[in-house]
Amino acid sequence: MDCNQVFVSKVKKVIFVFTLLIAFLSIRNNTFAQADSTIASPDSVVAESAHAVSGEHGAAEHGEEKFEPTKVIMEHIADSHVWHLWGHTSIPLPVILYTSGGLEVFSSAHFHHGEQDYQGKYNKYRLVTGLKQSMTKDMFNKNIKVVGADGQIDEAASDTVIDFSITKNVAAMFISILLIVIIFGSIAVSYKKRVGKAPKGLQSFLEPVIIFVRDDIAKPNIGHKYAKFMPYLLTIFFFILFNNLLGLFPVFPGSANVTGNIALTFVMATATMLVVNLNGNKYYWKHILTPDVPWWLYPIMIPVELIGIISKPFALMVRLFANITAGHIIVLSLISLIFIFKTLAIAPVSVAFVLFMDVLELLVAFLQAFIFTLLSALFIGMAVEEHH
Amino acid sequence: MELVTPSIGLVFWTALAFIFLLLLLRKLAWKPILGAIHEREQSIDEALNKAELAKQEMARLTAQNQDLMQQARAERDEILKEAKTLKDSILNEAKKQAQIEGSKLIEKAKIEIENQKKVALAEVKDQVSTLSLEIAERVLRNQLDDKTKQEALVANLLKDVELN
Repeated sequence: MDCNQVFVSKVKKVIFVFTLLIAFLSIRNNTFAQADSTIASPDSVVAESAHAVSGEHGAAEHGEEKFEPTKVIMEHIADSHVWHLWGHTSIPLPVILYTSGGLEVFSSAHFHHGEQDYQGKYNKYRLVTGLKQSMTKDMFNKNIKVVGADGQIDEAASDTVIDFSITKNVAAMFISILLIVIIFGSIAVSYKKRVGKAPKGLQSFLEPVIIFVRDDIAKPNIGHKYAKFMPYLLTIFFFILFNNLLGLFPVFPGSANVTGNIALTFVMATATMLVVNLNGNKYYWKHILTPDVPWWLYPIMIPVELIGIISKPFALMVRLFANITAGHIIVLSLISLIFIFKTLAIAPVSVAFVLFMDVLELLVAFLQAFIFTLLSALFIGMAVEEHH
Repeated sequence: MELVTPSIGLVFWTALAFIFLLLLLRKLAWKPILGAIHEREQSIDEALNKAELAKQEMARLTAQNQDLMQQARAERDEILKEAKTLKDSILNEAKKQAQIEGSKLIEKAKIEIENQKKVALAEVKDQVSTLSLEIAERVLRNQLDDKTKQEALVANLLKDVELN
């Protein structure tokens, strides 16, 4: 029994370190890839007199525009104030700004894709998109800037405005939440209707998944107290899964990169951190505050353990974000190949690779939902474990 | 850099939506679903246990039946054996009795026969002696008619006597 415990904790540590490593590597790769493509893209398109083939975001509208894969890809990966459907058709989404004067609500259609400024109740606003956006001092993204009286962006005033807009990611998230509520609500109804009977239809499709989360994620990692955490684990599992799958869907209800956005993964990881630490028992805190080492090692060990509280959810956050974003970037890069080479001949190759990547992403969608839930369960299990 | 800087609006909406989803699903979906699954599993377990118990009961009953049968068979065999021995013993007894009785009868018959024989013999002896005496008398009367013959006889007799 003891040996087994030691072994399991060793394996857990190894898995943890390994995942951190992978997460770190994938981030590095992403940044390198970005850097590379930024450098490479002007070269590859410079000779062309550019019949812009891209249908992206009104590129054709301007006729002679160079195709910049980095810009296109980043626009897809990043959040947006409009939901682009096809060609020039897009759904404008509401902009909600909290300013020093009060709340400001208007449609993003007023910006005309960033070509016009909008005079709100309290300020004049301008939409700054993509790579044109200047770095802000604070850590949060701001696409909407306050325009001063001189027609220039007033950074100081912009910093006081907080953007609570229903962006594309928020809208996509709402759609997936609606979907989840409808699906699981209807399943719950059929459970109530068919008490004690074999599952049927959608119920029998999702019941194995629910039982998988319970029997293979919650029970082995948390132990007999698993029931308390089941709602949380099931919710994160299906929330991540649905968002992952909708992200793979290329048109309207999908196409947003919800789980590949650091803000969402940040919230999910924070939720796991809160659940873990709020449910930590005295053994968990004893392990952190008075580790089982000689007292003179405490100055090292206690900070390390305290960092561990943050680093575990941090790894969760980065892993999900990096995996999903990387997948989207690869698919979009492969599609971009067609436009970079400006030939249809490359299309079959591109499509074949995209198909392969999409199937891989389908696997990743399930895998990441599973891993996030599994590791959450693991951390919860470590926090509620009773020592003998 | 844009990729790894979370925007506060999205953080806010995600947190709000996630908490809402968690609470809603907990009440609306997970509780009834997990409850129903648990209940169903329990009822299946119970049914299986019951089936197992029934099977055991069945096996027990079958074993009991077998036992009873075995017992009955053994008893029957016992009874048959007993009857056989009893029969044998009775038969033997009867045989022995019959033998004794027979031998007794034979003995008696033998004695009787012996007695009869003796009586008959005695009678025969009497008759034979009487007859022989008569015969002898007749013979002697015939023979002794003649004087010479008488003398010869006497002489003969004497010769016999002498020899004896």
